[in-house]
Amino acid sequence: MVGNTVNCEQVWREISNYVDGDVDVGLRAAMEDHIRTCGRCASVLAGMRNLVQLYGDERMLEIPAGFSGRLQKRLAKNVAVTGKRWLSWSAWLVPLAAMALMVGSLVMMNGHGNYLRSQHAEPGKNIPPDLVVVVSNGAKLFHVPGCEFIHDKASVRSMTAREAIREGYVPCPRCLRQYLKTGLLRSHEEVADNDEAEAEGEQEEVLSVAGH
Amino acid sequence: MAEPDVVLTNPSQAGGTREQDLILSVQRGQTELFYELVRPYERRVYAAALAILRNEHDAEDAAQEAMLKAFANIRQFRAEARFSTWLIQITVNEALMRRRRERTVVMEGIDGHRSGDEDSEYAPRDFADWREIPSEALERKEVRLRLAEALATLDRKYREVFVMRDMEHLNIQETAEALGISVASVKTRLLRARLMLRDLLAAGWEQGWFSRLPFEKGTKPW
Repeated sequence: MVGNTVNCEQVWREISNYVDGDVDVGLRAAMEDHIRTCGRCASVLAGMRNLVQLYGDERMLEIPAGFSGRLQKRLAKNVAVTGKRWLSWSAWLVPLAAMALMVGSLVMMNGHGNYLRSQHAEPGKNIPPDLVVVVSNGAKLFHVPGCEFIHDKASVRSMTAREAIREGYVPCPRCLRQYLKTGLLRSHEEVADNDEAEAEGEQEEVLSVAGH
Repeated sequence: MAEPDVVLTNPSQAGGTREQDLILSVQRGQTELFYELVRPYERRVYAAALAILRNEHDAEDAAQEAMLKAFANIRQFRAEARFSTWLIQITVNEALMRRRRERTVVMEGIDGHRSGDEDSEYAPRDFADWREIPSEALERKEVRLRLAEALATLDRKYREVFVMRDMEHLNIQETAEALGISVASVKTRLLRARLMLRDLLAAGWEQGWFSRLPFEKGTKPW
């Protein structure tokens, strides 16, 4: 821009930038000096400011009747589709959970679940379900009758192996060792002198070593 | 650089924190809040689409589609951008894509003769001592209609820049990016659009557009 003065054409060329505050200080001062004394440029500036003010008003942005409703409806439909995807996935969770519970219950009933009185015990395999066994209060093992490692013999009660397993008892590693995998690894002499409390402790230790 | 001469209102500046909260909530899965997030901008989105498509039905459809695209991509929105600008840019893209698809650009191209070449200078034609149109006049539907009609007579390239800059309140850079033109082109087109609109409205005043406004007899609106 030339010197410190501007003519009308130069003002018109920059008037839009001036309204937007997008001219440097020197040009701004020169334009203001000119506009102060020029009715034509003052008219152009006033008109442009008014124009920007009017069109910039939110009321100028009119939308057709019912626009918001139609937009909401379309958005809701889309959101619903998204929601349905989640719902259809989550809807599987309930039957899946129910199935898991049922399976879990069946496993527990068969003695293969977490419902073991001894957390680290080995459940045993191929135990004849109708084998008569005995359990005692506060113990975790079931034994064949007469096993010398029965704890609290005064409270002994009889039942079948199936019932004992169902109640969470696990086979005695002494008298029922043939039904335990780990039991096969241990010699009879090793355990002959232990009482039941030791036997239970040992069994947990052995099973832990075996990775259970 | 001097301060802007005209302070433009920007709806997104109000309740910015609330808007950020809404954005985060929608991004985290509370999709039912999306309409609440975009509701303040539905007018601007529609106006942007209308400026490009010039057909109410197409503009509404494009506006809705743009909102859906914004919804689908909300997780990609990053806070460094203004949400309103992001939304308007999606709308402009959608509208431009539709226009290209419908090949209306060829039809639009022929009306360049009315406003002359972009590079040639436009000189104001009316230098009467205009009196300002008060913003209260916008309460009258007739005034809004006249202003909209004047805007509709502009060539597409001038109208689009004017709408993005002066009605959507995008800045020069954002306008350039949204329309895919240079900053220099935005400034040139904006100058011409503003000068042309000013003259168009001056003529409208003389034809009695604002005759029922409470101006003194014989005075012009600005």
